[in-house]
Amino acid sequence: MSQSYNRGLIEDFGRWKEFSAGMWAWIFHKFTGWMLIGYLFTHIAVLSSAIAAANGETMMLAGEQVNAYTGTIQGLEGLFIVRILEVGLLAVAVFHILNGIRLLMVDLGIGLTAQDKSFYASLVLTGAITVASVPTFLSGVGL
Amino acid sequence: MSTQQQEPESQESPQDPEMKGTESPQQRRLREKQEGMVEDQAEKETEVEGETVHLKVFRYDPEVADKQEPRFDDFHVPFEKGMTVLDAVMYARDEFDSSLTFRHSCRQAVCGSDAFFVNGKQRLGCKTQISDLQQPVRIEPLPHQEVVKDLVVDMDHFYDQMHAVEPYFQNDDTPDSSDLEEQRQSRENREKVKMSTRCIWCGACMSSCNIAAGDNEYLGPAAINKAYKFAMDDREPEDVKEHRLRILEQEHGVWRCQTQFSCTDVCPKDIPLTEHIQELKREAVKKNLKFW
Ligand code: HEM
Ligand code: SF4
Ligand code: FES
Repeated sequence: MSQSYNRGLIEDFGRWKEFSAGMWAWIFHKFTGWMLIGYLFTHIAVLSSAIAAANGETMMLAGEQVNAYTGTIQGLEGLFIVRILEVGLLAVAVFHILNGIRLLMVDLGIGLTAQDKSFYASLVLTGAITVASVPTFLSGVGL
Repeated sequence: MSTQQQEPESQESPQDPEMKGTESPQQRRLREKQEGMVEDQAEKETEVEGETVHLKVFRYDPEVADKQEPRFDDFHVPFEKGMTVLDAVMYARDEFDSSLTFRHSCRQAVCGSDAFFVNGKQRLGCKTQISDLQQPVRIEPLPHQEVVKDLVVDMDHFYDQMHAVEPYFQNDDTPDSSDLEEQRQSRENREKVKMSTRCIWCGACMSSCNIAAGDNEYLGPAAINKAYKFAMDDREPEDVKEHRLRILEQEHGVWRCQTQFSCTDVCPKDIPLTEHIQELKREAVKKNLKFW
C-alpha cells in the first residue's frame, strides 16, 4: 500500500471548539484534581509555620509582635491576590466534588443518558456557589 | 468560522417557482449533468443554479505531486431534498472530480464503510442529512487513523482490535442432536445484548476517543462492545466468560476508558457504548472481589 499521511496529535488541540461535554468534564476534572494536589502542598507549607510558632518564634506584622503562625496567616489573608486565589480554590474544589459525584454515578451506571446535563449542572452550581462566596472571601481586604 | 455561514432554512429546495412542474428532478439532474460536461474541470469553483451545498473536502494523495500537501477543495453541489453527505460527495466525484476518493457501498447505514469527520464530528455519510448541517460542510477523513488517500483511512488497526476480543461464539457443548440443533437464547438475554449486536464496524467511535488516540493498544469502544455481546450471552459457559473478562481487564482494556462519552455521542447505531464498558468494568471487579 502507498505511504499514508498521519495528521499527528496536534490536530486534537486545534479542535477544542468541537469537544463534547464529556471531554470537557474529563479535562476539567483532571485539571481541578491536580490543582487540589498543588494546593495541598502550599497548604502544608503555610500550616507548618505553626511549628515555628510552637518553638516561640515571632514576627512583626503591622507594627505588632505576633507569633509566626498568626503572622503568616494574617499576612497572607491581608493580600488581595490571596483572597482571589481562595475564590479560585473554592471554585476548583466545588467543581471537582460535584463532577466527582457525577463520575461516581457514571461508574455505577446511574443516569448515563443525562451525563451531559449533569456536567452542565455541575458547572452552573459551581458558578453559583463561587459567586455567592465572593462577599465572604473578599470582606475586609484592601486592594 | 466565516460569517457567510448559512443554515438551509428548509428541506425543500427553493427552486424557481416557474420551473416547478415543468421539469422533473431527474430531468433537472440530466440537464445539469450535460451542462457540467460542457464546462471543464475548473467548473467546480463556480456556482450551479438553484440552491447549492458548499462542501470543503479534504484532499491528499501521496502519489500525486500536487496532492502530497494536504488541502481542502471546494465543491458547490446542487441541493436536493433528502440529500445526505454521501450523496453530496458522490455528486462532486461524478460531476466535478473523478479522482475524489472515499469508501461507500450500501448507502443505508449497514456496511459501515463511509464514516467521515463532518463539521467536526464523526458521522456516517449516508446517514447524515445535509439539511442538518451548517455550511460550508467540512468533510475530512476520520481522525486518528492514517489517511491513505482523500477520505480513505487505514482501518487495519481498528480491525486488529476488533479481532483481539475473539468476536465469535464459544461453546463446546453442542445441544443434543436428538433434541434441538439450535443454541437458543432466551428473549430476555437477547434483549440485553440487542444494542451491542448493531455494530457495523464503521470505526467512528474509535476515531472519536482521545484515549484510543493516545494509547494505540487500547482495545477501543467497538471491540469492547463486541466483547460485551459475547460476555453477556448466557449460552456461553462460565469459564469462557471469565476468559473474556481476563482479556478485557488487561492494562489496555476497559480500565483505559475515562467515560468521556465521545464514542456514545458519535455511534451511528446509537449503541450505548460507555454504558457497556462501565458494566464490564463492574463485572471485572465482581469477578476479582473475594470475601474471605
Ligand atoms: C468530595 C471530594 C472529592 C470527590 C467526590 C472526588 C472524586 C474524584 C473521582 C471520582 C475521581 C476519578 C476520576 C476518574 O474517574 O477518572 C477523582 C480524581 C482525582 N481527584 Fe478527586 N475527589 C474529591 C476530592 C479530591 C481532593 C481533595 C483532591 C486533592 C487533594 C483530589 C484530587 C484528585 C486527583 C489528583 C484526581 C486524579 C485526576 C486524574 O485523573 O489525573 N480529589 N476525584
Ligand atoms: S460501535 Fe458504533 S461507532 Fe463504533 S464501530 Fe460500531 S457502529 Fe461504528
Ligand atoms: S455506505 Fe454503507 S454505511 Fe454508509
